[in-house]
Amino acid sequence: MPLVRVSALHKYYGDNHVLKGVDLSIEQGEVVAIIGRSGSGKSTLLRTLNGLESINDGVIEVDGEYLDAARADLRSLRQKVGMIFQQFNLFPHLSIGENVMLAPQLVKKTPRAEARQLAQRMLDRVGLGDRFDAFPDQLSGGQQQRVAIARALAMSPKVLLCDEITSALDPELVNEVLAVVRELAREGMTLVMVTHEMRFAREVGDKLVFMHQGKVHEMGDPKVLFDAPQTPELANFIGSVA
Amino acid sequence: MAYQFDFSAVLAQGDLLLKGALFTLELTLIGTLLGVALGIVGAGVRAWNLRPFNWLFAVYVELIRNTPFIVQLFFIFFGLPALGLRMSEWEAAVLAMVINLGAYSTEIIRAGIQAIPRGQLEAAAALAMSRFESFRHVILRPALAKVWPALSSQIVIVMLGSAVCSQIATEELSFAANFIQSRNFRAFETYLLTTLVYLLMAIGVRQSLNLLGRRLIMRRG
Amino acid sequence: MDFTLWDIVRNLLTGLQWTLLLSLVAFLCGGLVGLAMLVARISDNTTLRVVSRGYIELFQGTPLLMQLFMVFFGIALFGIDVSAWMAAAVALTLFTSAFLAEIWRGCVESIPRGQWEASSSLALNRYEQLRFVILPQALRIAVAPTVGFSVQVVKGTAVTSIIGFTELTKTGGMLANATFEPFLIYGLVALGYFILCFPLSLGARYLERRLHAAG
Repeated sequence: MPLVRVSALHKYYGDNHVLKGVDLSIEQGEVVAIIGRSGSGKSTLLRTLNGLESINDGVIEVDGEYLDAARADLRSLRQKVGMIFQQFNLFPHLSIGENVMLAPQLVKKTPRAEARQLAQRMLDRVGLGDRFDAFPDQLSGGQQQRVAIARALAMSPKVLLCDEITSALDPELVNEVLAVVRELAREGMTLVMVTHEMRFAREVGDKLVFMHQGKVHEMGDPKVLFDAPQTPELANFIGSVA
Repeated sequence: MAYQFDFSAVLAQGDLLLKGALFTLELTLIGTLLGVALGIVGAGVRAWNLRPFNWLFAVYVELIRNTPFIVQLFFIFFGLPALGLRMSEWEAAVLAMVINLGAYSTEIIRAGIQAIPRGQLEAAAALAMSRFESFRHVILRPALAKVWPALSSQIVIVMLGSAVCSQIATEELSFAANFIQSRNFRAFETYLLTTLVYLLMAIGVRQSLNLLGRRLIMRRG
Repeated sequence: MDFTLWDIVRNLLTGLQWTLLLSLVAFLCGGLVGLAMLVARISDNTTLRVVSRGYIELFQGTPLLMQLFMVFFGIALFGIDVSAWMAAAVALTLFTSAFLAEIWRGCVESIPRGQWEASSSLALNRYEQLRFVILPQALRIAVAPTVGFSVQVVKGTAVTSIIGFTELTKTGGMLANATFEPFLIYGLVALGYFILCFPLSLGARYLERRLHAAG
């Protein structure tokens, strides 16, 4: 029973048919890397999985929660699906500890003291336990992204969506973030990552999804696909980003 | 007993309202042309720090922006005659509007000028343009384009503010409304309709200024 | 009757007190109503959004004097004995609420979309998003323009002299008629407003600079 199942997904932006019938299934513990050119629909696909983008047709099922064009219990879904953004989107008026504590307190009604301990644990996990009271603008980009990961993890999600989480980072800061993600993968977290980091996708990914013009063009083991792409489009794409 | 609305009493005098509205528009037009002109001068003086005028303009701007328009109007119409300066109602109204808009325009346009990158002036100087030529062609048009929305807003504000000119018997729209309701005793209906006329004028003036801005200021240069 | 300068100033100060009181009432009540309008203006409900937008455009697109008259004569239609003070307070409150709602809406809209997305991804509902993430940030940005608008409120009270409310301008008018010294009187009246407004203007400018310095 897959953790995430996407069937015949269609999405329009006005007249623009962005997702043209996507089928995808993700097992628990899988690390899925979604790659493709800009405009291929990869980010849009990711954002439909936690309801940030609405869908026009098709079904998304996440751990028994249904998302279709008509109904979605987003509050419940978003406790199971976490998201990390390219621009981090930390709350600047709260310390990083408070950033991590906020949602558990509000949504899961965790008492304040317990939430604080949870936040401390999460920050320890990403290597920033000693900066609990620091504010986002006092941290580097890599550190902020790690806080964002801690913030998402504090909600104990079943799936973590990563939207190009290293694209906005200076090159020397990318590795500290990927290290955290690698560790999460090792611990069995289900990850869906839109990424340009081909090496990472190849090493850590269990499944590679290549999006092209709104559809899943190729899907399979990254090690196999990178060495032997089946379609010219994927071959071109790999060639252009290598 | 429920109040019976009677708009016909007001509409019967519709031509008076129309005349008043036109007068308001005339006042606004003259006030705007002269007021913005004053603002351009003031902005130039302040941006280029031309002493002692720049200090004079600074004081003038602060005085106007921190006092109500109606007080400025009363000062001009009632106060100045004590110094021997007599004028008619509409002259006082126009003067008050010019002085008022002039102050706000000075600040608005000055902000626009200061937003022009330094490099523009340096390029103009390198092309041997005089300071005045630089101001006219390289600074003023882009500055006006940048602040056109803010300036348009202020013009509409001044037009709406002209309603108080009715207090010195300037025969603009509010004055017409006062006259009508004093005759037909339908104060609420009269002022309601008048308010709608103002609203339509405000929308109309706004749209016209947008169009004007696009055509004249931003298209060329 | 002979008026000494002190008599004049004393009377004007009484008027000034009323100006100050009216300004405070309008600003505080207007702020509360404005907050409600803001929430309506940015709500998901289309009806609320449209109605609040209409409200705001009405008060921003018509003269304060007309609004005052409509309140004054409108309340009277209900058979209520409306005093100048009541009409002034209600009209200025409504006027202030519309402008503040619009100013605050601008502040809320300047909060980056990423903040909305991050908070909704954390399963926060709209109320929680506004209360804990968006509005605290918007508040910081809103202080300077709100203080700036308070100047408009104080100046706006002058219009209430027309319906007979004895604030500074009306008092000045009465004194000018009694003393035949309009130049002096209206000069002093202007000074009175200046003393109230100038510090507020300076404050707003200082806050604006500090906000942009902090970035």
